[in-house]
Amino acid sequence: MSVELLNFIETVLNGLMSGVMYSLVALGFVLIFKASGVFNFAQGVFALFAALTLVGYQTGQVPFAHLINELFGTNYHNWYASMPNFLAILLTMVTMIALAWIIERLVLKHLVNQDPIILFMATIGLAFALEGVGDLMWGSDVKVLDVGIPSGGSIWLEEATIGLAAEGSDYYGMYVDVLNIWATVIAVILVVSLALFSQYTKTGRALRAVADDHQAALSVGISLRSIWILVWAISGFIAMVAGIMWGTESGVQFSLSLIALKALPVLILGGFTSIPGAIIGGLMIGVGEKLAEIYIGGYFETGALENWFAYVMALVFLLFRPQGLFGDKIIERV
Amino acid sequence: MRIKQLLIGMTASVIAVSSYVEMAIADLKFPMLVYRTGAYAPNGIPNADGFVDYYKMINARDGGIGGEKILHPECETGYKTQVGVECYEKNKKDAMVFQPMSTGITYQLIPKATADGVTIYSTGYGRTSAANGKVFKWVFNAPVTYWDGASIAVRHILKQNFGNIKGKKIALVYHNSAYGKEPIRTLETLSKKHGFKLMLLPVDHPGQEQKATWLKIRKARPDNVLMWGWGVMNQVAIKSAASIKFPMDKFIGIWWSGSENDVLPAGQGAHGYKSLTFNAPGTNYQVHADIKKFVHDKGEASGDGSHFGTVLYNRGLFQAMVQVEAATVAQKIHGTSKITPAMYRDGFENINLSAKRLEELGFKDFAPPFKITCENHGGSGLAAVQQWDAKAKKWNMITEYMYGDSSVVQKLIAEDSSKYAAEQKIAERCG
Repeated sequence: MSVELLNFIETVLNGLMSGVMYSLVALGFVLIFKASGVFNFAQGVFALFAALTLVGYQTGQVPFAHLINELFGTNYHNWYASMPNFLAILLTMVTMIALAWIIERLVLKHLVNQDPIILFMATIGLAFALEGVGDLMWGSDVKVLDVGIPSGGSIWLEEATIGLAAEGSDYYGMYVDVLNIWATVIAVILVVSLALFSQYTKTGRALRAVADDHQAALSVGISLRSIWILVWAISGFIAMVAGIMWGTESGVQFSLSLIALKALPVLILGGFTSIPGAIIGGLMIGVGEKLAEIYIGGYFETGALENWFAYVMALVFLLFRPQGLFGDKIIERV
Repeated sequence: MRIKQLLIGMTASVIAVSSYVEMAIADLKFPMLVYRTGAYAPNGIPNADGFVDYYKMINARDGGIGGEKILHPECETGYKTQVGVECYEKNKKDAMVFQPMSTGITYQLIPKATADGVTIYSTGYGRTSAANGKVFKWVFNAPVTYWDGASIAVRHILKQNFGNIKGKKIALVYHNSAYGKEPIRTLETLSKKHGFKLMLLPVDHPGQEQKATWLKIRKARPDNVLMWGWGVMNQVAIKSAASIKFPMDKFIGIWWSGSENDVLPAGQGAHGYKSLTFNAPGTNYQVHADIKKFVHDKGEASGDGSHFGTVLYNRGLFQAMVQVEAATVAQKIHGTSKITPAMYRDGFENINLSAKRLEELGFKDFAPPFKITCENHGGSGLAAVQQWDAKAKKWNMITEYMYGDSSVVQKLIAEDSSKYAAEQKIAERCG
């Protein structure tokens, strides 16, 4: 095989892997939108908050330590030296469920039957409030997140592909980050679990019923509020997974909340109501932007296509298929 | 009714008293443009803490500058240019100096501050050609500029290659902003001079995703990578470089890409990463002892005190020290402690931070000496290379402070500043 072809395959592979990372964020958006019609602008901040909380538990950080010390003149920083990863993840999950409950009690409950734009605005407020709370609780230093997921280039893949290039060519194997392979495996497990949950459990069926028709679901006795808490808790869990993956890659810091911006073009492509759409959309965006940066980036003086090309793809898609690949077609009857 | 009147009266009294107190202590106003929130907060906080702790120490230890207390109101910019300009407008009245802490904000403030008669001090950032004091009367960027930085990095690479880098490939990974683009011109000139091939790789804000950039580097296999990054961009770049097994000792960041924040997330992978610096890390300096005694031990530390001695905290100390020194010099020149913004600028232009003076100020061996003159607002142009030891989790200085290629840098500064002077119709000064 020629080195150019191998490089092309490598770019596509890396694009697919990046796409999975975007899909992890997009999945949270889709779940909430499907169940409650709310476009949760705070999903990126959820990922940040989950990652901050996880590191906080892992390292035994005292929440709101800065505030407590300032108010009472104390000097508390850590409860304990470290906590096992499993326990820290479990506690973070509990925290995210508690957060979902609080959001339902304080925000959603009071906005039932309001226009979608009101709910959207509420989630914008929620995003900023949660970011502020995260800052107060855990501080804004860059934090190292390590839950034992390996990272770095895959040596196995490098060695397996080095011989594929034509003899004598200057090629040293294909590169894929092991962290991204793990993200793919976790995303697959997540999607399969979600599919099984919604197909084969009573709660899952209730969730689908609410997603299909709120009024009909209410009329057969499904509690809308419990379903909302459940959905927000699940999307909190997905945010935690996304936060772990992104946080492992770059360290946990406040720019993590901006990963939500990467999910927007994914949602436009895949549709706001489709879980497979979030996955396929993510993969398309990932591959598209990597190919654009590497193969046509050089023709642009400003470069850096990687960040904005996804939006170009989304815009083009909007023109031809506004509901996305797998989204429900919006039909307004008069 | 009485209670209402009483409350109104009390509120009015509190406002009146607090205004009086503020006026009484607002002798020297050093407004701070900070970013303690947002994507760049992890870097903005330690830097701002360094400033605040130094000002508090001067107020506590010396009773201010020449007896005049320092007032340092903070304005949060979030590293956003627009907000930075608003902060300037809000705080410019009676302000001695502004430290914009962003090249984008600095570019916007240069014409405004020049018109308003307010000093701008962009320490090792901002518009490089502002080093030409003949054109930029109100702007200072000492002790070293980005163009010096670019040529010092190339000088270091030259030394490693026994003076010959012809045919070598050097990549520049840069923040796609006014800051990141600043060294391009110098590197292009140096590539012609030394015969190396320059590869430009911009990364958009915030830089969380750089996979394609590093795939390009893996394919092109440059001999060295330089980085002009900030915030999360640095952490992701260093981690990505380690992931593609790029030799870390061939990866050199500018001084804003060389803090503990940048290397710690990459763990052992960051071992050997280099960056330029113009100040030392650590706490073994007299200034730290004084801050501990007069500020931290009294429970007055800015933030939780956890950044004490880090690279960016120490840089904040250095920046604040230069600003305070300018006021001291101005007071001496004009024979009054109650200086005006115009007098303060005169002080800045006559700063002479010799080794002896640095020692007196508690900064012995902390940074190289430098002097500011009417012609030269860029200082010494000296920077050193530091290298990260991931096992010991500390930066080690591995070179002496060195100069850049002044034959290239000075020519570019003259060209760019003349162009600016022509555009703005500024007559050159300094006789």
